[in-house]
Amino acid sequence: MNTRLPHGSIPILSSEKIDVRYVAKLARIALTDDEVERFGTQLADLLTHVDALAQLDIASVSATAQVIESRNVLRDDLPRPGLDRDVVLAQAPASQGGFFRVPRIIAVKGEAS
Amino acid sequence: MSDLLRGTAVQVAAAVNARQASALEVTEAMLAHVEGVEPGVGAYLTRLDESARSHAARVDRRVRSGESLPLAGVPVAVKDNMCLDGTRTTAASKILAGWVSPYTATAVQRIIDAGGIPIGKSNLDEFAMGSSCENSALGITHNPYDPTRVPGGSSGGSAAAVAAHEATIGLGSDTGGSIREPAAFCNLVGFKPTYGRISRYGLIAFASSLDQIGPLTRTVADAALAYEVMAGYDPMDSTSVQRDVETTGKPLPGDLTGVRVGIVREFDLAKLGAEAASLYQRAYGDLQKLGADLVEVALPTAEYGLATYYLIAPAECSSNLSRFDGIRYGLRVEGDDVTQTYEQTRAAGFGPEVKRRILIGTHALSSGYYDAYYVRAQKARTLIARDFAKAFEACDLIACPAASTPAFEFHAKSDPYSMYLMDYYTIPMSLAGLPALSVPCGWITPAGGTVPMPMGLQLTGPLFAERALLGAAHVYEQATRHAGAHAPQIGGAR
Repeated sequence: MNTRLPHGSIPILSSEKIDVRYVAKLARIALTDDEVERFGTQLADLLTHVDALAQLDIASVSATAQVIESRNVLRDDLPRPGLDRDVVLAQAPASQGGFFRVPRIIAVKGEAS
Repeated sequence: MSDLLRGTAVQVAAAVNARQASALEVTEAMLAHVEGVEPGVGAYLTRLDESARSHAARVDRRVRSGESLPLAGVPVAVKDNMCLDGTRTTAASKILAGWVSPYTATAVQRIIDAGGIPIGKSNLDEFAMGSSCENSALGITHNPYDPTRVPGGSSGGSAAAVAAHEATIGLGSDTGGSIREPAAFCNLVGFKPTYGRISRYGLIAFASSLDQIGPLTRTVADAALAYEVMAGYDPMDSTSVQRDVETTGKPLPGDLTGVRVGIVREFDLAKLGAEAASLYQRAYGDLQKLGADLVEVALPTAEYGLATYYLIAPAECSSNLSRFDGIRYGLRVEGDDVTQTYEQTRAAGFGPEVKRRILIGTHALSSGYYDAYYVRAQKARTLIARDFAKAFEACDLIACPAASTPAFEFHAKSDPYSMYLMDYYTIPMSLAGLPALSVPCGWITPAGGTVPMPMGLQLTGPLFAERALLGAAHVYEQATRHAGAHAPQIGGAR
């Protein structure tokens, strides 16, 4: 459940709430049942430590994404050599006719996906 | 020649530039030494004997033609998360175990252009996630000072290589302490410059707002030399800073008169045990004897560093590592459809720590949790950086431990959080982007250990104050000379 803190506008969530199977699906990692159990315990433990951040008064604080002042960097739009196609495709798990060969993404009608 | 293997980068380059020794002679001697000690150390995942010889021959030709090179003939260990054209670059992960880099990282190219000789690609915790090198999927690295103990991490291979004289300079990357902690564990100087000082182009990304390349060396002067070679703006990395790098054209200073050194009120040395506490008290006292004024500074939010880091770094890693999907390069495990291919490739390719961090990061960024975790951590990061800025109004440098213990035995940290705690003292500086280094400050025989193990003093400066930081560390090192007190068990006398 969300809990509203006295001095912050951001709710902190109960740490047992991590749904490892759901998160693994988002992250595209297949987990064994054993991993689901082990990671579930370990990540819940880690999140209890992370909950300490609830003690900080951050209501009026801006977020930092990067500590060094940064600005957009644009280069001249001039053609220049890139990586050699054969060199790059030599690293591909599968390639065909100068392209990466990828697994089927769209099922063909009438075939099981 | 064996003197040169034991020598500093400054000495090796001077000898090769003066043609007292050739780069090829230094390289051959180094390769023979590596061959002898590698079975006991395991610093390298890939050895580069042949390309080392051809680099050395090229350096000799340049020297003969009258060039003077800052790193002429200096043997270098390159952490295996940095690309080197035509060599296997693995990040110590099964997902990249067979990947050959098609280009060279800017930092590595600058080392080569300056005359440095890559000897091998060194071991690390998988994708630089860890503090002991035990998370490597591809090899075990031992601490040359006690091979029953870890070298630290994640730059543990580079640290072990330099400690065992298998390289003169080790290249590392530091996200939350991955240069400074292994340097402390292996009796070295480990230097993380200000975020953005050294290009990240060609460094396999872990947490992009924190990752920074730096050197591990046996002296501060060598760290300064390697830093100056690598630092500076690179158009290939839009976060690299456009700002002049102060070079050591002038000598590093001779004392610390007038330097205000901040001692952090919240870092309670007693927690480290009596022996470590008195060791650090002595180090602070030595700084004072050298002319520094010790002042107490407050970093009230530093204790939130670990919690902040273990949201921000995994969040960034979950995004960065999404590129490893089995489509364009690296491992592919074929599934029935594209989703299953992704899921099985990543299940087979990533080790447990990488999976944990991707999962926690994905959770922290997922809908409904983003504000509670990720944004909150980014705000905490603001407070931590602000605390440092305030502290640096009262002091020029901050002194504190680099790690809370000396190197520990293999398998000593069984739960993830106890390993994360190893970076307690290094993470706040990383979150604030500050330049920081570890310099040897004494020895402790750990409980259950048989030999003394090195400890590191961490010095931190304000943003871009590399020059002052290296200068102070040099003064401390030259006055105390702790590093020379004991020799490694593997790799020979210092």
